[in-house]
Amino acid sequence: MKPPIFEYASPSTVAEAVSLLASRNGNAKVISGGQSLMPMLAFRLAAPELLVDIKHLKDLGAIRIGEDGVRLGAKVRWCDIERDARLTVSHPLLAEAIKHVAHYQIRNRGTVGGSVAHADPSAEMPGIAMTCDARMTIVGSAGTRVEAAADFFTGPLQTSLEPDEILTEVHLPAWPVSRRWAFLEFARRKGDFAMAGVALYYDLDGGRIVNAHVGAIGVADRPIRLTEVEAVLNGNKMSDKLIATASAKARQSVDPPTDIHAPGAYRAALIATLLGRGLKKSAA
Amino acid sequence: MQIEFNLNGQTVSAEVEPRTTLADCIRNNFGQTGTHLACEHGVCGACTVLVNGEAVRSCLLLAVQVQGDKVVTVEGLSGDELTPLQAAFRKHHALQCGFCTPGFITTAHALLSHEPDANEERIRDVLSGNLCRCSGYIPIVEAVLEARSSYRDSGSK
Repeated sequence: MKPPIFEYASPSTVAEAVSLLASRNGNAKVISGGQSLMPMLAFRLAAPELLVDIKHLKDLGAIRIGEDGVRLGAKVRWCDIERDARLTVSHPLLAEAIKHVAHYQIRNRGTVGGSVAHADPSAEMPGIAMTCDARMTIVGSAGTRVEAAADFFTGPLQTSLEPDEILTEVHLPAWPVSRRWAFLEFARRKGDFAMAGVALYYDLDGGRIVNAHVGAIGVADRPIRLTEVEAVLNGNKMSDKLIATASAKARQSVDPPTDIHAPGAYRAALIATLLGRGLKKSAA
Repeated sequence: MQIEFNLNGQTVSAEVEPRTTLADCIRNNFGQTGTHLACEHGVCGACTVLVNGEAVRSCLLLAVQVQGDKVVTVEGLSGDELTPLQAAFRKHHALQCGFCTPGFITTAHALLSHEPDANEERIRDVLSGNLCRCSGYIPIVEAVLEARSSYRDSGSK
């Protein structure tokens, strides 16, 4: 369980980091907290020539809250989110979801950017990014670009990041105070990766659901939106019947893989149950 | 690569391969074997150390990443006497084989240094990242609960 041989660099600017990445033609990896990458290296699932440590890059560790929403620098750690009391108002869905990420020691180092760039299909932060229409700021040799979460996650542990690009910020759009929401996941032991999870929010217009966003983790090769469930919810008043219809739709609209942790059918049933509980909770 | 950091109050330096984990560096370069290694991929918590006062898994950290930082291992917590936290572990039989103990001690120390009023739920939540395969967790939680008073009195340590 020892990592393979690699070189190490700790540049002091984003530009320098990008040029280091570009110099290795896809054989360099960014490291920050390392809480996803280090296990990958230990298992030798990753074997980069060069690790580019972004510890000295400035301005990537801030949580900025403004009228246009919450901007999380790539180096914001789980413990930073946990300690920022503003987020329980500015983005309660994020604050709740992040409570489920890993354990104490990992939360002291693991970062938003690392989790999003690692793109584990069961991880909470990619799920929140997908559910909330997050926009990713990405810097590379060609300059800076902004990409929607829906285009960013491309497969299991795969993203649209080019080999010479660094994710610098995740922007979650503004969150109205009256918004209804819920986040639920199921794992056998707290802090483990979820077998399945649901993030949802919607607004109310005259008592009717509008702008429903329903996301799921752990049930596909990437975090997904359950658009058919959103269509069931939009325009309707919350009721037990609506919750039952939405849950049934959720179960039909996912086709989760079977693996050593759970059969696909079990995960689909979990999604239906979690969605039903989430909708009840959101309306309470 | 040449690295220099503070280990338990002493400035130390070593020539390490970039792939050397902090855990291996502490054990092999400096002979401080109180930091234990079991899973080596961030699951068991036995290798927990403090970096700049925060509990982290030293198997998920490269030695080159702590350049200039302050690292404290279980050896750095006490002198010849047991600390009140360690004494509480002995009193409550919070260990049997002792393999996981350094990780529990460093984790609980970090927690109580930051949150001396942590309640049982918080303590259980924080300790859930450490595995013990023989004593069971109840005596460990009892020991940490008892040790809280010494952190309230003295600030830290």
